[in-house]
Amino acid sequence: MKSLEELQKIKERALQRRKLSGEGTRARIIVAMGTCGIAAGARDTMAAILKTLEEKKITDVTVTQTGCMGLCEYEPIVQVKVGEEDLITYGHIDVNRVPELIEKHLIGGEPMEAWIIQPSS
Amino acid sequence: MTAFRELSQHILDIVENGVSAGAKLIILTIQESIETDTLQITIKDDGKGMDKEMLQAVTDPWVTTRTTRKVGLGIPFFKQAAEMCGGSFDIQSEVGKGTQVVAIFQRSHIDRPPLGDLEGTLLCLIVGYPTIDLVYQHKVGENDYVLDTREIRQVLGDDVPLSDPEILAFLRSTLEEGEQSLGD
Repeated sequence: MKSLEELQKIKERALQRRKLSGEGTRARIIVAMGTCGIAAGARDTMAAILKTLEEKKITDVTVTQTGCMGLCEYEPIVQVKVGEEDLITYGHIDVNRVPELIEKHLIGGEPMEAWIIQPSS
Repeated sequence: MTAFRELSQHILDIVENGVSAGAKLIILTIQESIETDTLQITIKDDGKGMDKEMLQAVTDPWVTTRTTRKVGLGIPFFKQAAEMCGGSFDIQSEVGKGTQVVAIFQRSHIDRPPLGDLEGTLLCLIVGYPTIDLVYQHKVGENDYVLDTREIRQVLGDDVPLSDPEILAFLRSTLEEGEQSLGD
């Protein structure tokens, strides 16, 4: 295992950066990881989200996962909550949609209307 | 046919069951032996466990008479995958103690799914369930790699999210180095 001292240094840098920019957690992403989600590619979607945050050096977004949401036909499902805005539930977020989702919604602040799951009546 | 292409997807799915059952610690062990031509995956959680009836329902959803409780297909998928590859499957559970799943595959079996994206899967688990600890051990013959997230979380505390880009990069390279050290 890489050294825990190295991790300690990374933590200190991250804390310093957060202190300087005054940033906390600006947005949250939740990936549905039930059996249905995994079968539809949710693991790869989440891995792509993490990779994108890493590459774009986005520091104020947390990513967590949850179980089946009962909307299996829309998997992979990803929820995004930016600041105080409403939680938005997206359907069919495969790996290919991840960069645009992050670019437009997380960075640009504009939800991807076409990908939002519309509650059926 | 099962719904998953990779053993790591089965692992993710079974761990998710443990998390849903309120587990705080997941112990995941993968043991590969060329000598005995086996690949064994053991997933143990300290969640709320299941009684006999529930255990029957999750293992064999087609024969159960009870339909009031919703059960997923993840466990039968995993069982089927192991049995199709000259292996075996076992699940033990105790109410209040937790559940242990053991799947053994014939390692060289032509239909054995690959482990697949293990690093990506572990990264999802570590970052995606920030309050759950994971002890991961992968043995290939004499080589052994262990990652204990309790050590990582002890250093990080609650001040920095695991999805911080620098921490992600650290975790990714730690996992990659660990897996590479096992050779093939």
